[in-house]
Formats: sequence, structure tokens, C-alpha cells
Amino acid sequence: MKRTLAIAAMATAALTLAGCELGPKQSVQNGHRGTGMDTIKLKKVAMAKDDVPAPPYDMPTGDGPKAATVYQNVQVLGDVTEEQFTYTMAAITNWIAPEQGCNYCHNPENMASDEIYTKVVARKMLQMTRNINTNWNKHVGTTGVTCWTCHRGQAVPANYWALPEPGKKGVIGNLHGQNSPVAASAYSSLPTASLAMYLTGDPKTDKSIRVVSKGIHPSSANTLTTMQTEPQYALMMHLSTSLGVNCTFCHNAQAFQPWNISTPQRATAWYGLRMVRDVNGQYISPLADTFPAHRKGPMGDPFKVSCATCHQGKNKPMDGYKMAKDYPALWGSPVAVPAAAPAAPEQPAAPAVTTATH
Amino acid sequence: MALLSFERKYRVRGGTLIGGDLFDFWVGPFYVGFFGVVTAIFASLGTALIFYAASQGPTWNPWLISIEPPDLKYGLGLAPLAKGGFWQVITVCALVSFVSWALREVEICRKLGMGYHVPAAFGMAIFAYFTLVVIRPVLLGGWHFGFPYGIFSHLDWVSNTGYQYLHFHYNPAHMLAVSFFFTTALALALHGALVLSAVNPPEGTEVKSPEYEDTFFRDLIGYSVGTLGIHRVGLLLAMNAGFWSAVCIVISGPLWTKGWPEWWTWWLNLPIWS
Repeated sequence: MKRTLAIAAMATAALTLAGCELGPKQSVQNGHRGTGMDTIKLKKVAMAKDDVPAPPYDMPTGDGPKAATVYQNVQVLGDVTEEQFTYTMAAITNWIAPEQGCNYCHNPENMASDEIYTKVVARKMLQMTRNINTNWNKHVGTTGVTCWTCHRGQAVPANYWALPEPGKKGVIGNLHGQNSPVAASAYSSLPTASLAMYLTGDPKTDKSIRVVSKGIHPSSANTLTTMQTEPQYALMMHLSTSLGVNCTFCHNAQAFQPWNISTPQRATAWYGLRMVRDVNGQYISPLADTFPAHRKGPMGDPFKVSCATCHQGKNKPMDGYKMAKDYPALWGSPVAVPAAAPAAPEQPAAPAVTTATH
Repeated sequence: MALLSFERKYRVRGGTLIGGDLFDFWVGPFYVGFFGVVTAIFASLGTALIFYAASQGPTWNPWLISIEPPDLKYGLGLAPLAKGGFWQVITVCALVSFVSWALREVEICRKLGMGYHVPAAFGMAIFAYFTLVVIRPVLLGGWHFGFPYGIFSHLDWVSNTGYQYLHFHYNPAHMLAVSFFFTTALALALHGALVLSAVNPPEGTEVKSPEYEDTFFRDLIGYSVGTLGIHRVGLLLAMNAGFWSAVCIVISGPLWTKGWPEWWTWWLNLPIWS
């Protein structure tokens, strides 16, 4: 009996410890002391470095004929020199199709031809990159983005999403779009398709992320329920896990809504969410007819971006390494429509600086 | 001498752990002892420091006064008084006075020939506090991780610390602790209702004996734990509530850094069905 008990106790202890992260930790203080706003991570996770590929060769600096005059059918990068153009093309090949090479997008017989769909997609993505670097500096700052920020050497970035299939009808097996432990809701019981509710970029379907009750009691004027907060909570879980942070990176849980007790990062995230909508709505969804079926989700919409697409577990992608500075061609004027200015009343107030990390 | 005519004589000499006869005296109905003196000194000092630290702060609003732990940069070292040092000294005073109070309870148990159930139960509460302000901060490498001493501020700390793990209700030890706290309250409510019913019979009838109490619960749920047993159940539930509270916070950070919902993926990943 005693031996059985001892074995059972040891087995329980071993199993319990197996569910733990035993490695050394690293902490960051996110708010004023005593608020409990901290980020604690495994040291090996916090110190993990993202690969950043070197430029294909030394960046050309000279003046010369513009790409548009040298090559045919250059619709976005025509305003850079031919040398810059070739340099950028070499980098893009390395970032997106290092194995397939130029022919992943180009017909080698006629480089100007748009017959391969990936070339049409790449053009749209270049417009998107320039739009982000030019119009979204409130999110990407002066760091900017390159194709690598999302692609990391793969034709399709590792983190994407698409509209979910409509749920089952009836009662049996109908989970009502929740209670499925998936990464998108950080393995909680919260709604699994929150990205599709908020981040398609279609103003007709995207719900407002903010849920603010108009009073303490339900009434005909105040019909909000806690149910409406659940997809929003799921979206915030996606945001936290994508950035490798927790709620207190942006919010003081004393009250999530007011800007004056939030951290400066919350304003960056506010612009980021709108940037994701802009990217999905202006650049990805319009490609629905261009992409083949195997690049689309079950509802026939192209794979879309989320916070995770760029961030990949870092609160600054690649720890904020200023990679885009080596590629001036990615900073030009986007041919596409510029980013819509966010509506004024929703604009975040200046966050309190005192909550910054000491 | 006893306070009430039917009470056993409780002012008995001896049973002290430290100090022999020197501190073996009463003030009014209260036993003092060496540990009573220590408690009085450190509780007074700590309280005075709370008032002094509050006087250096921005408010006298009792809801908003907050004595905060140091910044993370001080690690496990001493911080200047106004930058968390007050919190450190007050924490020491609190721990010394709490532990002394428990040891004074031990001395009283020894005088009365009782078991040590009362100091053991109080010891669990001290252990939970010690876990919050010493064990977890030491494991994380900074006194910064203690909670602030303020009515509203400590609630904000609890909230923010919970949200560090996205959804704290998924913390398995938190689940146990909450269940034990609620069960303690339920057991106390059932017990209190039963006793009050038994000793307040209708006009003209007798106070009901434990036989009636047992019968009531045998009718209701098929079992009665009995008049002595309910107190053992209560002690077990309450001590478990305190113990699992301590566990649920000490594993958050030192042993788990991600969202608590994700912890449960071990179940989904069991080789049986994954």
C-alpha cells in the first residue's frame, strides 16, 4: 500500500512538473511599480533572434535611367533607377521564392508578361508595402516593412487566415463558432473566428472592436451584453499571442478603455489594427479573382493577414531591426489609393508617458 | 480564574516557547507572552510606517493610499525608502508580527492542552501571504513582483497580474482555490443555518439535540458528517483554499509564462487521441 502510494505520488509530481516551463525567466516592467503590469517570458523565448537576410549585394547608389524607361510593364517600381530595380528584384526573389527563383513570377521568355498570377499578386504586394511604409508610419514608424517581414523565405507567409465556413445547422455537434481550442483564440472557449468579424477591411462587415456599455443596467437604449465582448476578447488574445506579450503591454486592467492610463503601445496597436484592415480590404481581397483555389480559404476568399503575419511572436517584428532602410524602392509612392484616414472621434488621445518602462 | 462561571480555568502557567515565566502574564483577558510583545512591537512599527509612507504619498483618501513595491531594476536588493523601501520594511514587519501571532497561538494551545489546529490554520494564511510577497518575487528575481499595500491598488495588481496570463480562470490551481473558497462559504452557511435552527425552536418546544441535526442532513443529502466532523471539514476546506491560492500565484510566472488557456493543450496533446 505504502509503495503504491509512493509511486502514485511520484508519478503525479512528474506529470505536474511536465506541464511547467522550468527554464530561467526574463521580465520587463510595463507600467508604474505596484500596478502589476509586467511581461514575464522564458529567457530562451525572449532572447530568440529572427533571421534577417543580408542584401543580395551592396546597394546601388548611382543615378541612372529609370526602370520604367528600361523595361516594359513596370507599373509600381518604374520610378527607381534600373540598378535599384534589379537589386530589389534580387532581394524579393530571395525573400519569397528562393528555390523557385525569378520564374516563380516571371515567364523567362518574356519578363514583362503578366501571364503568371504570382506576378500580378507581387505587384499588388509592392503597392501594399509602399503604402505601409508611406502612410502607416504611426504603426511601422521609421522601421518600415519589407516582403521578408511577412514572407520569411516562403511564398505564402506562415500566419494567415480566411473566412470560416458557416457552422453546422441544428443542435448536435454545433459549437456556434466557439469552444474549440485553437490558436486564434489562444486555446480558450472564446469565439474562434474573431479575425473574420473585425479585420476583413470591408467596412460593411467589420464590427467595431470597442464594446462600451452605455450604463450599468440593460435597457432598450443599452442592449449590450457580455456576449458581445467575447469575440473582442478573442481578438485581443490573438493580438497578445501574436506579439508575445500579455494584456498589460497596452492596458492597465484597472480600466481597459481610458487612454490616459494605457501604455503608449496601445496607440501603436490601434493604428496596427486599422493597418491590417487596410491591407486586407485594399490589397488582398481585391485579388480574389487572381489567386487560384489552393491559395484561398473554404469560402473562396484569399488568405488574409493578421497581427501574427508580421509579428510572429515579437512585439516588434525581428526585434525592430531596420531592414527596410536597405531597400529604398520599397518607400516610394504607392500607386494604389492612399490609406483612409481613421475617423477623428475614435482617434486615441495621447497616452500617459509616465507608464513607460523604466 | 475563568471569565464565565462554567468556563474551565484558562490562566494556567507554562507552555511558553521562549521567555519562560518572564512574559507569562495577562493584560486584562489577553495573554501576552514573548510573542505577544514581538507582535505588538512589529505591528505598531509596520502600521506607523504605513501612515508615514502614506504621508509622503499624493493622497490621504483611504481607498487610494498605496504603498508600492520597488521598480524591477532594484531586483532582490534594497530600494530607497520612497521608491519601494517602505514596502520592503513594512513587509518584514508584517511577516514578523503575523508569525509571532501564530506562535502566541501555539503557546495558548500548549497552556490549554489543545491541538495546534488554530495556529496551523492561521499559518496557511501566512503562507499564502509569504508566497505572494517573498517566494514568488524571489523566484522571479525582484521584490517588484510583490503586491502593493492599498485598498484599490492591490485589486488593480490582482487584475493586471491575472491578465498577464490572458485568462486567469484557466489556471488549474486557481480553479481549485476558488472551488475551495466557495465550498468553505457553503459549508459555513449550511452549518450556521443548522445550528441556528436547532437552538431556536418554536415557542414552547425544546432546543433540538445533534440527533435532530444529523437526521435533517441524512434526509436532505443522505449523510451527516456530525457535530465534530463539520469542524474538521471546515478546517480542511479553508486550509485548502489558502494553500491552492498560494499555488495558483506561485506557478504564474515562475512555472508558466503563456496564457493559462494554452496550458490545457497538454490534455489535447495526449498521445491517446492526438
